[in-house]
Amino acid sequence: MTGTLQRSELIAEILADRPEDLLVVTGLGSSTYDVAELGDNSKNFYMWGAMGQAVPVGLGIAVAQPEKRALIVTGDGELLMGLTGLSAAGNAPARNVAILVMDNGHYSETGGQPTHTSGQTNLAGVAEQCGFRKTLEITEMSELVEAKRLLLDEEGPVLVVAKVALRKYDKIVEPQSRIGHYMAARFRMAVTGRGEAALDI
Amino acid sequence: MNENTKDWRSDIYDVLRVQNIEQVCYVPDAGHAALIRDCEADNKMTVIGVTTEEDGVGLLTGAWLGGQRGVMLMQSSGVGNTINALAMPNVCRVPFVTIVSMRGEWGEFVPWQVPMGKATPDVLEAMGVTVYRANHPEEVRETITAAVRMAFDGNQQVAVLLSQKLIGTKNFRAKQRTL
Repeated sequence: MTGTLQRSELIAEILADRPEDLLVVTGLGSSTYDVAELGDNSKNFYMWGAMGQAVPVGLGIAVAQPEKRALIVTGDGELLMGLTGLSAAGNAPARNVAILVMDNGHYSETGGQPTHTSGQTNLAGVAEQCGFRKTLEITEMSELVEAKRLLLDEEGPVLVVAKVALRKYDKIVEPQSRIGHYMAARFRMAVTGRGEAALDI
Repeated sequence: MNENTKDWRSDIYDVLRVQNIEQVCYVPDAGHAALIRDCEADNKMTVIGVTTEEDGVGLLTGAWLGGQRGVMLMQSSGVGNTINALAMPNVCRVPFVTIVSMRGEWGEFVPWQVPMGKATPDVLEAMGVTVYRANHPEEVRETITAAVRMAFDGNQQVAVLLSQKLIGTKNFRAKQRTL
């Protein structure tokens, strides 16, 4: 079901005073635009494809960087394509994974068809049953403090579903570049301080 | 030079260890069972079970983004599950290595395995993955080494197909029947 939370306000609050060691992965479509709109950050990895893979990408980062926090920001449609990723994250030895699902109950990129969260599927319930330590569904801004605490500080894996309203984008703010290999290398160098490939075995 | 052990499975583990592979993900296959156990016993490797192979593509992309090297172990049927996800390491030039145990070829007894087994090299190549193959035990070590080097030094996506002939159709078949 579509909610009333405004996704731009929500993500702005979650990423306000962003910790230095927070690594953000965004699922394709609206989540990428919403995070990009807040300003570019080399510790963001914005996805433009590979639908369903935002959670596995975040999980791989989390395993590689156990001292840092991996926050995956994605939508209900993207996550529904990769529910298996929740099972992988729920069983992997990573305690630094957090997922924020901006759930508007629709495929907003493709004509607004309802997703299964407008029907019978409850993503927080799925995550809980996959072994997530904490899950939370929020419908009001007053719940944001608790949501942010879970996403940034609680031992993971954690998942927060935010019931957001449909958003009309007058102007889509794109990340600095859509060139995948540039953005990937930039992220990796920002996270590790090391070069792109050969020198870092 | 011949450092090959009697067991090509130990050769694979050896190469992964020497090449500093720190994340190993897999969807299980009998052909990889011994290797998975070796990796799990190694405290420098984090072994992660995924339930569909496309998640391994995302996971290894994340591993590299976070500064680690990873490989995925799977069987050839799973290659079909990876196709769209392979766009990501391709467009992001992320090193990707998968070691694929083949079904659907040498003496296959399950007809449902044959179409994906036959299509495996073509599907991988269509998505830009370089395909190596090992048919004999003595070429496993050098093939895995070449794949890992090409992937991580050359920023490529590489698959090593372990032939069904190498894995041993007969034993595998007998084992299947007793399950």
